[in-house]
Amino acid sequence: MGLFGNPFDAKNKLAKGCPCGAHASQAEHDRVFRAESVEAPGSDETNYERVVQSAILRAIFPVDSHRRAFLGAVGWSTAAAAISSIFPVATATDAFAQSGAIEKKALKVGFIPITCATPIIMAEPLGFYKKHGLDVEVIKTAGWAVIRDKTINKEYDAAHMLAPMPIAITMGVGSNPIPYTMPAVENINGQAITLSVKHKDKRNPKDWKGFKFGVPFDFSMHNYLLRYYLAEHGLDPDRDVQIRSVPPPEMVANLRADNIDGFLGPDPFNQRAVYDAVGFIHILSKELWDGHPCCAFAASREFMTTMPNTYAALLKSIIDATAFAAKQENRKQIAEAIAPANYLNQPQIVLEQILTGVYADGLGQVKKDPNRIQFDPFPWESFAVWILTQMKRWGQVKGDIDYNGIARQVFLATDTTKLMKEVGLVPPTATTKTFVVMGKTFDPGKPEEYLNSFAIKRT
Amino acid sequence: MLASLNARAALLSLVIFFGFLLAWHIGVQGTKAVAPMDPEYARLMGVTATQGKSAMPGPLDVGAQIWKHLNEPFYDRGPNDKGIGIQLAYSLGRVLLGYFLAVMVALPLGFLIGMSPLMSRAFDPFIQVMKPISPLAWMPLALYTIKDSSISAIFVIFICSVWPMLINTAFGVSAVRKEWLNVARTLEVPPIRKAFTIILPAAAPTIVTGMRISIGIAWLVIVAAEMLVGGTGIGYFVWNEWNNLSITNVIVAILVIGLIGMVLDQALAAVGRMLTYPE
Repeated sequence: MGLFGNPFDAKNKLAKGCPCGAHASQAEHDRVFRAESVEAPGSDETNYERVVQSAILRAIFPVDSHRRAFLGAVGWSTAAAAISSIFPVATATDAFAQSGAIEKKALKVGFIPITCATPIIMAEPLGFYKKHGLDVEVIKTAGWAVIRDKTINKEYDAAHMLAPMPIAITMGVGSNPIPYTMPAVENINGQAITLSVKHKDKRNPKDWKGFKFGVPFDFSMHNYLLRYYLAEHGLDPDRDVQIRSVPPPEMVANLRADNIDGFLGPDPFNQRAVYDAVGFIHILSKELWDGHPCCAFAASREFMTTMPNTYAALLKSIIDATAFAAKQENRKQIAEAIAPANYLNQPQIVLEQILTGVYADGLGQVKKDPNRIQFDPFPWESFAVWILTQMKRWGQVKGDIDYNGIARQVFLATDTTKLMKEVGLVPPTATTKTFVVMGKTFDPGKPEEYLNSFAIKRT
Repeated sequence: MLASLNARAALLSLVIFFGFLLAWHIGVQGTKAVAPMDPEYARLMGVTATQGKSAMPGPLDVGAQIWKHLNEPFYDRGPNDKGIGIQLAYSLGRVLLGYFLAVMVALPLGFLIGMSPLMSRAFDPFIQVMKPISPLAWMPLALYTIKDSSISAIFVIFICSVWPMLINTAFGVSAVRKEWLNVARTLEVPPIRKAFTIILPAAAPTIVTGMRISIGIAWLVIVAAEMLVGGTGIGYFVWNEWNNLSITNVIVAILVIGLIGMVLDQALAAVGRMLTYPE
């Protein structure tokens, strides 16, 4: 039985229908409401209600002439009443009355102390949460499994996660299925393969047979990128090398102790390995896939639906902070703000090298790459599709996958579009795009063909 | 003679201590020669790379760090950065809470088991299975069911400190000398009075020994539990400093953990001495 064959799977229903029951799929449901709410004029309650009602009608009668014929026959108010009786219009209306009061001001947001979390962290010392009316405590957390459990336990209202985690949680891979959303990407690029200094002469991946590598988590871009990189060089990541989950802070210590030969890990630990003369940077993840997502801002669907105003304010703060972090001229200020023990607890010079892109490579060279790490909140749905192809490629999920359905359910690109407009940014007009990973173009419309094109895979 | 033995032991302790410090100091002197470096590159590198300094801190570094913490033990710079005094207070609070809950459960239950051979045999298999389980193995289960990380930590303290107390109480109670119980029976002492005036004083030294073992285990476990769940406490402090690869602070924390553990242990030892009497 395929992944979607399980009738007790929460996502099953979400993938095939929507909670209100009025649409063929969750995606359609979302699309209809999100699209409408962007155009909602003013903050008048009745305006929202009208918008929502017409959205429902439009979803029930996708063909314009049918809808008009129906309305002509029974009249608008009768139609609205009929629809209200089967669908909680009031709830849906509330969900889009974004200018309403914030339900909960004091929030807790969990983060892992790595530079990927920069927007989430710096939004506190630099006042982005305050600006949007929130009083947020950012709490440092020991590992990805703990951050997942604390978010599921509601000790955290939202959290910093690896981009594949909300997908895995929603699908119930590695935990119980809980509908999760990922409305914003934190950073793009910003990872690297770091090798122990004793491997200075083994720059060709073909020489890496028998190496032990660390990645932060099984469900991480790091894991998928490292596997992709090794496979492209003819190494089978499951048979020729060993890949272990190592929490990022332990990577440098393990590298020094010779427990691992290298890692594809998040900064600051790549640069920290160089700083402590333990390792060198072999290749930046940017050189594998320029613009790849890495970490994300994630929250449960429940938080989004029960506290829509808080959710919107929080997301706006994150998008705002991400936009600030994207500007090169702000990077030094950010490094200074997030270096203290309350946040990343790292030497400022290490963070500066990562954020400004002028860095020592551990081999005696000073390199310059301003895009070593970049910040871009937009959660392209095609990112999720790529992640799903890799989850399937390495056997983490089996059977048929509704690539676009899951992508749309978890990566809330339409929400982000709307909020980016509200904070004065220009969002992209599409929600999917093609991109190039190690010289190979990925077309999100043809995930299965992409998957089949790989020589080394577990399916 | 005794005084001079003590004096000699103290002297030897000091010699060992300073010998250890000296060996440590010499051991961490950087030996690696440093290749000349481009100053632009050197600016971006740490002292291990630029000066060949050992990554392991020396006793002087640790001493300076201890002084720094002693000067400002209670600072609070946000949820993730608090003074070592505050972190210790969090850990102690958790340990004492979990420990007293365990006392509340273990002493009455231990009495019951000790006084009744039936209960003793009925409970025995459960105790035997539960006792050897590593307290941290409970952690994921606790996190999942209790759904609160600080209560989970307290639960883990509770579950690990309950067994030694339970077993010692039961043993102490069942080992009260038969003659004393027979005398009580002859004098027709009511059961409650028998429990408090005869059994409790007789079993007290064994019970306190169990409590002493338990507090030691509880203090061992809290550090590991806090490293796992994070947030606050001395275990979190160790984890946070490890994160920064600050071995100096980790050593400071190890010393502090040892000292507090010793104080807890000695406090219960003193209680034990008060309750022991010659027969």
